Amino acid sequence: MERLPKWADVVLVPLVSLTLAALIAALVILAIGQDPWEAITVMVKGSVMDSYGWGYTLYYATSFMFTGLAVTVAFHASLFNIGGEGQAQLGGLGVALACLFIPWPHWTLALLGATMAAALFGAAWAAIPAYLQARRGSHIVITTIMFNYIAAAVLIFLLVDVLRPDGQMDPATASFPEAARLPTLNQIPVFNLFFTSNVPANVTLFIALGMAVVVWALLWRTRLGYAIRAFGKSEAAAKYAGISPFTIIMVAMLISGGLAGMMAINNVMGEAERLLQNSASGAGFIGIAVALMGRNHPVGVVLAALLFGFLFQGGAELGLWTKIPIEMRTVVQGL
Amino acid sequence: MDYATLLQLLDTTLRLATPLLFACLAGLYSERAGIFDIGLEGKMLMAAMASASVAFLTGSVWVGLLAGMMASLLMAGLHGIASITFRGNQLISGVALNFVASGITVLIAQRLFGQGGRTPPLTGDARFQSITLPFAEELRGVPVIGPLYYEVISGHPLLVYVALLAVPLTWWVLYRTRFGLRLRAVGENPAAVDTAGISVVGLRFAAVAITGVLCGLAGAYMATALQAGFGREMTAGRGYIALAALIFAKWRPVAALWACLLFGFFQALALRPDVVEAVVQVKIPVPFLDALPYVLTVLVLAGFVGKAIPPRAGGEPYVKER
Repeated sequence: MERLPKWADVVLVPLVSLTLAALIAALVILAIGQDPWEAITVMVKGSVMDSYGWGYTLYYATSFMFTGLAVTVAFHASLFNIGGEGQAQLGGLGVALACLFIPWPHWTLALLGATMAAALFGAAWAAIPAYLQARRGSHIVITTIMFNYIAAAVLIFLLVDVLRPDGQMDPATASFPEAARLPTLNQIPVFNLFFTSNVPANVTLFIALGMAVVVWALLWRTRLGYAIRAFGKSEAAAKYAGISPFTIIMVAMLISGGLAGMMAINNVMGEAERLLQNSASGAGFIGIAVALMGRNHPVGVVLAALLFGFLFQGGAELGLWTKIPIEMRTVVQGL
Repeated sequence: MDYATLLQLLDTTLRLATPLLFACLAGLYSERAGIFDIGLEGKMLMAAMASASVAFLTGSVWVGLLAGMMASLLMAGLHGIASITFRGNQLISGVALNFVASGITVLIAQRLFGQGGRTPPLTGDARFQSITLPFAEELRGVPVIGPLYYEVISGHPLLVYVALLAVPLTWWVLYRTRFGLRLRAVGENPAAVDTAGISVVGLRFAAVAITGVLCGLAGAYMATALQAGFGREMTAGRGYIALAALIFAKWRPVAALWACLLFGFFQALALRPDVVEAVVQVKIPVPFLDALPYVLTVLVLAGFVGKAIPPRAGGEPYVKER
């Protein structure tokens, strides 16, 4: 196979797939009898033309960064974690429990505690499929899909029968106490110069960016990251090098699940301020697209998350269309 | 629980198991040929939307059924091109197609009918009507068997019987025909099939096409028989339950029937929590019943209830030796 030059691989391929995506989307819009140009104008206006739009774009992007990084880490160990959705929901449960039942004195401590809880719950949910893959050879794709549904069922049960306060109709927990509320971007000095109105994007954005750096350092600057990547490239070779497949599968999936779970501090703690049904709302799945689009590199993931945030805010449905060319790209690479 | 309630439950079971069965057999052909298909869900959804829309516009359920199968075939073709011709990642392709389906079905239905992504309710000839099997009325008086025949076996839309007949047909095709032998071989060892001078690509495309047709039937049944019209995300994870049933049945057609009936029974139970409570004397939350098929599948996959061994070449694109 002839390799493309590196610059083409990094810059050109995503650009080509993006252009294709835009073209296909435009064709579809045309096919249902609307003006594509108008649609694009609406999207751009709604998502990046004012601070309000940016607030939402960044809010979605934060969620996608977490789930995208989650998929990335697993992918480098050649594990396909489709369970981000369930892990994020469980992460939400961790956040809710931490926020509701521990009296935090200040939001910084609450954030720390909730992040730990979210990562712990998400990782725990990923641990079972990981163990089954590592020890019993059950295919991780299928088990993680199953665990998405089981997670949804568990959460419905908990929200309806256990965590719902008396006298409330909708299945959700009580609102989190004041001290557990995260400052949104419009409440942070310097940023409030730009974000004048109330936006959902919050401090979690910086945690997400921080995690991107951490993931990069982990994968390319540590012994463990090397082991993960070696295992992903060739299981047999890794085994000969004395790397334990069991450990790598477990560790990679735990980190992946933890990252997916941490998404919950953005949507549950930062935005809804209580745990709702179906809290992850598809971000777990979009993480797959984000990771693929971002070429499984943290920098790419951050950029792709921004792009998907823009698409999600601009026109949720259009975002789906970008999936096709991404697939086409993986396809072309396979040739 | 009295006999009448049991019959009611079984009746619902059969109705709910039918789409699972179609989808499960669809997955069976595909996976036996070595193509993993996570996109069953998306194909069903597309077929449901297409069949409901066309059935409403033409007033004929048959044209609708055809449209549903065509829509599903189209999706199957895309999956085939991506995973067979271009040797892309079958899992990613399936996931992507599911995304596309969930978006585009709502988009088209909204554009056609402007009712928030639903189709208008179907009536009369635009739906599959229940058919009463011969002698159902006459035999109704016979104790035990009579009501069973009348309530459970008779009185379903045509597609329910088609699904049940598809099981022995699938068994026959897989185990008693040349095509079936080759299909199974291509999922286990495509190189051997290729050496024998048979086209791996052709066989796999044939399998994927059958998958498309069966998923089309599943979707059309959902929209024109089980319910009267298409609604946003109406398949509600049935494609994945079917996948679960397929693993539970260890990729065998007759076992698939039992697995689908079992999972259909769980769904029927989830609709009647009062009955469950009366039988086991403990209040079981509905979500647990909903989650049961998935939990069972995980247990099977983990090898606690027999060992599920997938076709050996599953998920791997075939590269011809050069």
